[in-house]
Amino acid sequence: MNTHPKTLLVIIGESALEKFLVRDIKGFGAHGYTIADVRGGGEHGTRDAEWEGSRSIRMEVVCEDAVAEKIVEHVIANYAKNFSLSLYVSEVGVIRKEKY
Amino acid sequence: MDPVVLFFVLGVVARLAKSDLRLPEALYETLSIYLLLAIGLKGGVELAKHPISTVAPQAVAIVAMGLLLPLLAYPVLRYIGRMSNFDAAAIAAHYGSVSVVTFAVGLAFVTKRGVPFEEYMPLFVALLEVPGIVVGILLARLHTLKTVRWGELAREIMFGKSVVLLVGGLCIGWLAGPQGIDPMRGLFFDLFKGVLALFLLEMGLVAASRLTDLKRAGPFLIAFGIIVPVVFAMIGAGVGRAIGLSIGGTTLLAVLAASASYIAAPAAIRIAIPEANPSLSIGAALGITFPFNLTLGIPLYFEFAKMLHK
Repeated sequence: MNTHPKTLLVIIGESALEKFLVRDIKGFGAHGYTIADVRGGGEHGTRDAEWEGSRSIRMEVVCEDAVAEKIVEHVIANYAKNFSLSLYVSEVGVIRKEKY
Repeated sequence: MDPVVLFFVLGVVARLAKSDLRLPEALYETLSIYLLLAIGLKGGVELAKHPISTVAPQAVAIVAMGLLLPLLAYPVLRYIGRMSNFDAAAIAAHYGSVSVVTFAVGLAFVTKRGVPFEEYMPLFVALLEVPGIVVGILLARLHTLKTVRWGELAREIMFGKSVVLLVGGLCIGWLAGPQGIDPMRGLFFDLFKGVLALFLLEMGLVAASRLTDLKRAGPFLIAFGIIVPVVFAMIGAGVGRAIGLSIGGTTLLAVLAASASYIAAPAAIRIAIPEANPSLSIGAALGITFPFNLTLGIPLYFEFAKMLHK
């Protein structure tokens, strides 16, 4: 199968950040994103998604490596200090490279 | 004790016993939308029966009270509790704003006892949600006011779900009047108490999970979460008496003053004061003040109201 290399950036964080993250990633040139409601735990305690205050999201963005880098820098600089966040990237192969 | 409170106790017990009971998140969302709309609608229908000239001066006094309460809470948190400016302002905002569900339990309390009250009180709930949050944000940002994005914040506060649903319900009820709302009576009014009971079961689960936050917060915040609501209830009851509310209305205003927000305030404050630790404000509001008001607070505030009306 013919695939093209892209970067998959995953951001897991408080759902309060959702609209800011969507605005930011678009501003840096990402073409799209997928968001899912999730629950989990870490050094900030358990986020069980039982009510508004404990909801978390997982945002996935497939984009060029340079775009992912800019997004990561921005997210770390602006939100990491005060919000529960988890970020990671991986290489993925996409089928239609013009979409990303 | 009102049976709806027993549902709350059941939720607390289930969580403390590590039961696997868990209400679907979508149900929590549905129930909270229902409660906010139903309270708004009921208030709107009743509001239509009263002239603006009676309600408007009361509304002004109540908004003034909403602005005052966080200003009283802040120095206590900052100087007695030795909290950071951000944490003190965030907690003050939660206690300045109000809890709609505590109000709903207060409504059930006065209704059960047949105590007359001003049925347009939900208007005051809507009015009291916002001022406390705004004052809290101002306190946190006093030295850096220029960095606050007021447009974004105004949208967050004014169009948060609780304000939209309460004010929306009030407007629909007011425009439609009793006849217009009558076909919906079965859903919005008759089922109200059952839905409240289910919601309180969920809140019991949530409140009990917050108790671990409080272990870290220490004795000051626990004392704050009990003493401040009682003092605020006295202020609320005093204002209620001064603006001519009945015993039931005075009780409900005391309940509102004593309650701490956990829907509107956490959402707005998380964005506006991200430096504040949310587990402190939410732990106190939900873990201490909410259960206290439900069980001991509301009957106590009713006594305050009765004393003032002697």
